[in-house]
Amino acid sequence: MNFLAQALIYLAAAVVCVPIAKRLGMGSVLGYLFAGVLIGPFVMGFIGKEGQDIMHFAEFGVVMMLFLIGLELEPSHFWRLRKSILGLGTMQLGITSVILFLILAASGFSWKASVATALALAMSSTAIALQTVKEKGLSQTVSGQASFSVLLFQDIAVIPILAILPLFAVQGSSISASGHQTFIDQLPGWLQTVSIFVAIGIIYSAGRFLIVPMLRLIAKTQLRELFTASSLFLVVAIAMLMQLVGLSPALGAFLAGVVLANSEYRHELESDLQPFKGLLLGLFFIGVGASINFELIEKQPLLIAGLVVMVMVVKAGVLFFSGKVFRLSTDQNLFYTFALSQVGEFAFVLFSFTGQLQIISTEWMNILMAVTAITMTITPLLLLLNEKVIDPRFGVKEKPGERETDHIDTQHSVIIAGFGHFGSTIGRFLRANGVEATILDNDSDRVELLRKMGFKVYYGDATRLDLLKSAGADDAKIMIAAIDSPEINKELAATVKKHFPGLKLMVRAKSRMDAYEYIEMGLTDIYRESLHTSVKMAVDVLTRMGHRSYTASRQGQKFLQYDEEALLGMASIRHDQKKYILQARENFRMQEELLSQDLKQDLTENDHAWDSEEIRTGINK
Amino acid sequence: MPRKILILFVHPRFEKSLNNQLLVKHIPISEHITFHDLYERYPDFNIDVAFEKELLESHDVIIWQHPFYWYSAPPLLKQWIDIVLEFGWAYGPGGTNLRGKYVFNTITAGGQRIAYSREGYNGFTVKELLAPFEQTARLCKMTYLPPFAMHGTHRITKEEALQTAGHYKYLLETLTGDNAPVEEMQGHPYLNDWINRQDKE
Repeated sequence: MNFLAQALIYLAAAVVCVPIAKRLGMGSVLGYLFAGVLIGPFVMGFIGKEGQDIMHFAEFGVVMMLFLIGLELEPSHFWRLRKSILGLGTMQLGITSVILFLILAASGFSWKASVATALALAMSSTAIALQTVKEKGLSQTVSGQASFSVLLFQDIAVIPILAILPLFAVQGSSISASGHQTFIDQLPGWLQTVSIFVAIGIIYSAGRFLIVPMLRLIAKTQLRELFTASSLFLVVAIAMLMQLVGLSPALGAFLAGVVLANSEYRHELESDLQPFKGLLLGLFFIGVGASINFELIEKQPLLIAGLVVMVMVVKAGVLFFSGKVFRLSTDQNLFYTFALSQVGEFAFVLFSFTGQLQIISTEWMNILMAVTAITMTITPLLLLLNEKVIDPRFGVKEKPGERETDHIDTQHSVIIAGFGHFGSTIGRFLRANGVEATILDNDSDRVELLRKMGFKVYYGDATRLDLLKSAGADDAKIMIAAIDSPEINKELAATVKKHFPGLKLMVRAKSRMDAYEYIEMGLTDIYRESLHTSVKMAVDVLTRMGHRSYTASRQGQKFLQYDEEALLGMASIRHDQKKYILQARENFRMQEELLSQDLKQDLTENDHAWDSEEIRTGINK
Repeated sequence: MPRKILILFVHPRFEKSLNNQLLVKHIPISEHITFHDLYERYPDFNIDVAFEKELLESHDVIIWQHPFYWYSAPPLLKQWIDIVLEFGWAYGPGGTNLRGKYVFNTITAGGQRIAYSREGYNGFTVKELLAPFEQTARLCKMTYLPPFAMHGTHRITKEEALQTAGHYKYLLETLTGDNAPVEEMQGHPYLNDWINRQDKE
């Protein structure tokens, strides 16, 4: 099959399956996976057994994802989460692999194979879990942070694991058998380990002393596409280097990302690679779906089903236990447990590596890969089950207690969706003035706390129509959309506008860009969250520099007014600029426009209040 | 041609002032009367000068309605006077935009009318105390009319307050009319007095 036809099949499958999965509330990952199963060799057979090759190509999505994760890994962020990363991370990885090792060893595997397999199975899927956390807007919750910590720890742990595995290699084995001729094959085990550390050292110093100067040079050419090209080049080059020494490209990319996290090109790299990552990751999941070997499952259904259940029960058990130790509340712990209970994409890498090293047999490698793919596929289903059945039974109730809903409260005419740092300020202020608002939030810990404090809180996804209805959106007067995630907030605004046209909608906008989108939706009460603070700070700067504070604050008021007008003005001409697809680029372009507009408008002019100089010259004319 | 009235209402605590609420409720709903609540519009004192000028230009009678705090108006009205009545626009060379318009104060005061006299404990008459407003009007080439006042607001009965509010309504209706006897009004210390005479006649 030629390349175009293949691309067509992949893209079509994604375009059909992903929106359906999203619609059903299952998340995009499951959509991709099903798309893969559908077009795979065992259902429709559009793509044959070359699934493996495509997996190699699609693994590049994982490589990019890790590069981006590395990029986002600021030392300060790491430091803030150090306790949960080290604590939860070691606990999850350590206990899980020990239990799995014991089970495997007891069932007749060699100890080497048991160690390698146990470690691989202990990994969870960053792609699935983080994607889910993000889509559900849970990044800031305890469970979101815990998930992130464990995944991060695993990402880092892969480095030493990959480095140590060659030591286990069966004597005389060589990876060349699998077709990849690599440089370190001929070396003895211990030297392979050394060379891996050397390769890591090379990446580290190259990142520091070679890549950044190179990027600087390219940035000077002012050609955006050249920068994109060099970002891609960078990742591909790292992948190549790692493959050359027989290491996981994902690992190298992660490392390079970490090295570049502190460089000034972090955001540029991020925005350039984001679309590639998304697409390739989608391809990766399709590949996972397609490579599920149904023939194998058919032959040994009990074995594979047993393995899936065993692995997931062990993983979930350890996760739940570690969550308990770290005092996660039941809701948070349940989500965290189910989100991480699958075997991750790293396992594919590790299995193929151990297979090449002949630590495990090819047959077992295939079985384990099938197990991995199956656990990944059922994770979204498990999460759905948790959300709909398990969590409502044990966790925080969606609706406030009976007692509270007894009296019909005409007072709750304000609904606040999202009680993060933004919404909570609004809620506190309103409460201080005797206005009790109804709150919608999806952080169960916060919901419990707020209920203890006597707030009327509904727990769950605020974009859900039934939740909005039960929170009283039909009778309320004002809806405050203050959710942290701009995407979810926009979704909420759209839902409210469509289904509750009588409800006054006031929205929080994270940025100018978001504000534009709200304007396009036809909203008028838009509050940009950083506008007033930054103008206030600028006013204080003027004051510090010796300007009289009243004059400075009047200038501030005037600037706010001017900026609001400029926002409305530019929103109307923004349509012509839709060609700027990348947010970062559009932001940049907008800033340019704003700055040049500021120059044209002399903001100090036209205010002669209390200005006797003006009168003096007027009289003496 | 009917006159257009602009009421610049200035009260920092309107929700607590029953008398002012009564007065405001009696303002006739008419296309010729614009009620402009300054504290509601400019809670941060950030007055939109261009908009205020437009309003002034499109009206013939300006009323400053406010409580008589400390023998004067609440600070937002002073702010308004300071920055809206610009040099070169309201007064000074070329400052003729307000020429010929009428202006007066509608006030609510705790003290009785009798207290505002040489013998009373306030020492000065209301007209004397309103001198800065009168002179402001004169500088802007406007005609300043006597004040309309509700006195003794702390002890006023509902009936008395209602009567005064009714008088206010009558006054506003007369002023929007084609030929309000403005010269006749000017002959009285209070606009209330002119209305009382109409009542008797």
